[in-house]
Amino acid sequence: MLNRSAFLNIRGLGHHTVDGVWRLGYALRFFGITVASSATAFRRFRLIVRELYFTGVLSLIIILVSGLFVGMVLGLQGYHTLQTYGSESALGVLVALSLVRELGPVVAALLFASRAGSAMTAEIGLMKATEQLAAMEMMAVDPIARVIAPRFWAGVISMPLLAALFSAMGIFGGYLVGVVLIGVDEGSFWSQMQAAVDVRQDVLNGVIKSFVFGVAVTWIALFEGYDAPPTAEGVSGATTRTVVTSSLAILGLDFLLTSFMFRGI
Amino acid sequence: MALPERAVAQENLIEISDLSFAYDRRPVLSGINMVIPRGKVVAILGVSGSGKTTLLRLIAGVVKPSRGEVKVGGVRVNELDAEGIYKLRRRMGMLFQFGALFTDLTVFDNVAFQMREHTALDDRMIRDLVLMKLHAVGLRGAQRLMPSELSGGMARRVALARAIALDPMLIMYDEPFTGLDPISLGVISNLIRKFNDALGATSIVVTHDVQEALELVDYVYYVSEGRIVAQGTPDEMRASADPLVRQFVYGEQDGPVPFQYPSREFARDLRLS
Repeated sequence: MLNRSAFLNIRGLGHHTVDGVWRLGYALRFFGITVASSATAFRRFRLIVRELYFTGVLSLIIILVSGLFVGMVLGLQGYHTLQTYGSESALGVLVALSLVRELGPVVAALLFASRAGSAMTAEIGLMKATEQLAAMEMMAVDPIARVIAPRFWAGVISMPLLAALFSAMGIFGGYLVGVVLIGVDEGSFWSQMQAAVDVRQDVLNGVIKSFVFGVAVTWIALFEGYDAPPTAEGVSGATTRTVVTSSLAILGLDFLLTSFMFRGI
Repeated sequence: MALPERAVAQENLIEISDLSFAYDRRPVLSGINMVIPRGKVVAILGVSGSGKTTLLRLIAGVVKPSRGEVKVGGVRVNELDAEGIYKLRRRMGMLFQFGALFTDLTVFDNVAFQMREHTALDDRMIRDLVLMKLHAVGLRGAQRLMPSELSGGMARRVALARAIALDPMLIMYDEPFTGLDPISLGVISNLIRKFNDALGATSIVVTHDVQEALELVDYVYYVSEGRIVAQGTPDEMRASADPLVRQFVYGEQDGPVPFQYPSREFARDLRLS
């Protein structure tokens, strides 16, 4: 009996592996087709603008409020640590670099995945379950070009903008706590920040990160929705998978990107 | 049984010959021969899961047959490439089982969808056309509502207006009567006939609602377990002596289609023997 269950386990492992590889291939093909069918979306930019509202504008509140709080916490924690070494004037640098290089892109992307990504998956999954995608195909309209591609580009465009707003709001939060509440010197807060933050090395790399995260999150969200079994459990499972997979993807990609970008520092 | 003479005399819009279709090696349809004459309303009847909807999907080129061919308007659908199929589908309208309206668009935009996607008509022309279609289904006043604000019967009527938006040559109905109250059911039934005759179209109605279908259509194909087991005019179907047809037409509980799902002997399940 033991042999039999061991055999079944190995078979299960093989099955899962093959399944996983097959799904990855399917997802890559889906990505390729989405990018290849983007011409319509750009010709009719209205379609993208509409989705920008749903993914970008409606994510603003959570991004701005979270950015403010993260910045305030950074200001508080940073002040206590820096004070030990008598270098609280570098608070501005600490807040700005942490946000622009790491926290801005990463936390904004995590929030984006749970706010906009899950909504995208649920929407596409339900459109599929209620035969809306099939109906579109019957009307000789390609659902990938008409539904998926505009959402994909809206996600890719809004992610760097949201990350930038998150960082800006965070720096303002750090300023509120550090300068206004605790009383760090305002001049050194801003001037040291200005001197230490490099546009190419720090800001541009942060923007690249958030662009990559935008592609990853939106792709995962759209694929999960498109691939969801057309049932209530199917859609709810897909929504959960979107949040889990894209969060892991963000953190994994962040490590990769960071190790390439900040090698020499 | 041969087709009635007047149907044979006309040109057929759809000709299906020796068609088989398998899904994951499970046969769904086998050896189907079927013609749909131009201008007629034809019903494909059968119990749930008998492969009726798959037939519609084959006609629309959504899936390809494992064997045999489907001809629509003289064109072999199974040999068309993606572009050719899309071109063909622009001349087809389909009403899905639960309407499948786009939930993020208003009633007006749902009906206007194909006109905006496929024609270069200006907004004023589209507006007039959409209002005409909505007026035909009696819902001109509901143009600004969202699909979530419609009752089941109204949603079905909007979907019908959307299906005929581009005046198709072929209108396919997938279970158009399911889940409707008697009034809505009568309305939809009348509209199917009215649009078919007014647009000079051809209609295929896939349904298991026998009585409604027999009142409405010109010709019936009865599909069971992936095969056509009977065909004829509604009167011929009503008068049929075939036990399978009788069971279906008169809704008898037991007959060639068993009431019991295949199982072991009852006594053995109860551990009496």
